[in-house]
Amino acid sequence: MLSRTADHLYWMARYIERAENMARVLDVTYNMSLVPNAAESEAALWLPALEISGSLDAYERDYPKEYTSASVIHYLAMDTRNPSSIYNTLRSARENARAVRVAMTTETWENINALWLEFDQFVGVDLAKSGLREFCDWVKARSHLFRGVCFGTMLRDDAFSFVRLGTFVERADNTARLLDVKYHLLLPSDEEVGGAVDYYEWSAILRSVSAFQAYQKIFSDSIEPWRVAELLVLRSDMPRSLHACFDEITQILEQLTGNRSNECKRLAGELHAKIHYGKMNDIFQNGLHEFLSDFIDSNNMLGSEIHKTFLSATSG
Amino acid sequence: MHNSHSAFFDEMHLDDSAVRDIYATYNRWLQDVPHQQLDSKRQEAEVLFRRVGITFNVYGEDDGAERLIPFDVIPRLLSAKEWAHLSAGAIQRVRALNMFLHDIYHKQEIIHAGIVPISILANKQYRPEMFGVDVPNQIYAHIAGIDLVRTSESQFYVLEDNLRTPSGVSYMLEDRKMMMRLFPELFRRYSIAPVEHYPQVLLNNLRAVAPVGVQDPTVVLLSPGAYNSAYFEHAFIAQQMGIELVEGQDLFVRNNAVYMRTTQGPKKVDVIYRRIDDDYLDPLVFNADSMLGVPGLLSVYRNGGVTLANAVGTGVADDKATYIYVPAMIKFYLGEEPILQNVPTFELSKEDDLQYVLEHLHELVVKEVQGSGGYGMLVGPAATKQELEEFRLRIVSSPSSYIAQPTLALSTCPTLVEQGIAPRHVDLRPFVLSGKTVTLVPGALCRVALKEGSLVVNSSQGGGTKDTWVLESEDISENKAAKKSKSTEKSELKTEAEIC
Repeated sequence: MLSRTADHLYWMARYIERAENMARVLDVTYNMSLVPNAAESEAALWLPALEISGSLDAYERDYPKEYTSASVIHYLAMDTRNPSSIYNTLRSARENARAVRVAMTTETWENINALWLEFDQFVGVDLAKSGLREFCDWVKARSHLFRGVCFGTMLRDDAFSFVRLGTFVERADNTARLLDVKYHLLLPSDEEVGGAVDYYEWSAILRSVSAFQAYQKIFSDSIEPWRVAELLVLRSDMPRSLHACFDEITQILEQLTGNRSNECKRLAGELHAKIHYGKMNDIFQNGLHEFLSDFIDSNNMLGSEIHKTFLSATSG
Repeated sequence: MHNSHSAFFDEMHLDDSAVRDIYATYNRWLQDVPHQQLDSKRQEAEVLFRRVGITFNVYGEDDGAERLIPFDVIPRLLSAKEWAHLSAGAIQRVRALNMFLHDIYHKQEIIHAGIVPISILANKQYRPEMFGVDVPNQIYAHIAGIDLVRTSESQFYVLEDNLRTPSGVSYMLEDRKMMMRLFPELFRRYSIAPVEHYPQVLLNNLRAVAPVGVQDPTVVLLSPGAYNSAYFEHAFIAQQMGIELVEGQDLFVRNNAVYMRTTQGPKKVDVIYRRIDDDYLDPLVFNADSMLGVPGLLSVYRNGGVTLANAVGTGVADDKATYIYVPAMIKFYLGEEPILQNVPTFELSKEDDLQYVLEHLHELVVKEVQGSGGYGMLVGPAATKQELEEFRLRIVSSPSSYIAQPTLALSTCPTLVEQGIAPRHVDLRPFVLSGKTVTLVPGALCRVALKEGSLVVNSSQGGGTKDTWVLESEDISENKAAKKSKSTEKSELKTEAEIC
């Protein structure tokens, strides 16, 4: 298929996934704000959300010293100045889709176009006042729909592979960031371990990656930080874990390149092996934060390699 | 509801009390349908069109400004007999135009015969780069949109030929799909010729004109990209044909061949259905600033390494300055009498014509030659004094840059507008496809001027579209519907003609 087409499909999927993850983070952060004494200040509550989305610096430029829930919610959900706002990511997803509507099924295109048309109902709404839950639910539901319509209608060809590739490269990045930021903040300081607030905090993380029920089912025990990390990094049966993402990524790259070897495959294989054969104890010993930032860097490198190998129009 | 515009032929009404035969069934149906219901159907259509993304971009506005071309729910009907006449005329015309294009870029016999003046070679749309270049099957205009207007029961005129990159066929196809969805009961009552096979006919034709020796040709559609006003149509047609929709940046030239960049490496391209004007095709030959084209494309094309559809240089045949010679071309190349008439046209390079036109400017339509899109045009009866004076000066300073025609009494068709159902002026653009054969599918883009009294149907000037129903049989009684059996092939056979 055309490199440009692959590029648009890949980024369409990445943007949808990014919007979904942003909605999840917003949703749980907002929930936390309803728990009494959850955080010592509004800023402490909302800063991590900005950090996870990687837009803290830009936010501080646009809203100097103003960490209110209203402005952060607006910034992450609707602000046209924020390239990672849900508004902008969904808009970019739709722009990418529109550029290659030929390459996807009519139903897939109409689904994304309908998403963008429906978005109109939220424009101008002050989500911090009311409607944030509905908004986040809607974003998540549209993302589910998007994956469903791709799965249910697209031919299993390269176009499908690039859509899936975009989804998992983005998801791996998002899960790693979420865990990194939150874990760092929540590592139990000696006092107060096991308090009610802790419980909410950890369960919120799990909920933000749709893993709360999975945790209960697997461990049916109190929520322990190291188990959360294990679930989100090493468990391959947990659909948003790093392991699950790389199971998919390595498989997709295999399909795309066949027997040919390239740097993409090598990078992905290396990362996959690290997670596949990794042990939580070792990871903790060397520092989870170090592990996760290495992972995020390598995942980014994989992203650039994918561009070089498949998506850039400079070859030939 | 129908009263004021008695001066115009109406497609539906003979007079206040009688409707034309073909509309009898429709009219009975319409009588039973409240206007509110029609209006809610119209709104439903709008929602559906938005969802599908059948929109066009407006140049110079914020990106994201995507507009719908207004869609009217009341169809235009043509009888089988009317269609047979129109399609035969359109095919005849396109055959002659293709022969003219071949001639003008080779022996130029029509000039030697004194039928077309030699000054045509100075027309900006004449491409000297094409002289002596042979194109497969000698076809230049693979896709031609012939604009027709009607002034009476029996009189149709050709308003203009569109031989460069004619657009609008997606509306023919999507309007039909919409009508079938909104009014299935009408499709049971009428036997309406299908149009859905248009993309397949086009693809077969494009494959047939691949460079000699290519076994399984790769066909692509070259678009200026997502910000072009007709992007939806490009995407739609490419998808319907199952071919790649490419942009200039996706293609490159190497070793006298055109390739596209794919995820599996370069892939050779054999036929390019291009929706980019000549001027932007190849920055090495034409407009050097163009980012839309492919450097080196023309050289490959001239050497026969790739086929372009339509060919380069077709503009010389559809220019308004050439239009007046088309009836003579038909006689010259085919030895036939033209089936469809031209609009009587004044040539302003002739002293008598110029004199008459300047005296009657307020009654005439004046068009700029080498222009398109309805911008460089004066509609006398609708113009202000100042506009008339401005055009008078422009004409006097360069008479040969203009042609003039009487203001035609364009037929009207009942149309759903704010006040209810009212007559609005319409035209008709059937699409003639040339490849192995010259054919058209039984349907057309019908454009309607939504403003009361307006004669300008261009979408850029606020026109809308209607579905066009070509009825498959003359007998339009209601019982006929039960025997609906005419096949697609049959209606196509009627309009087919081998290229000589």
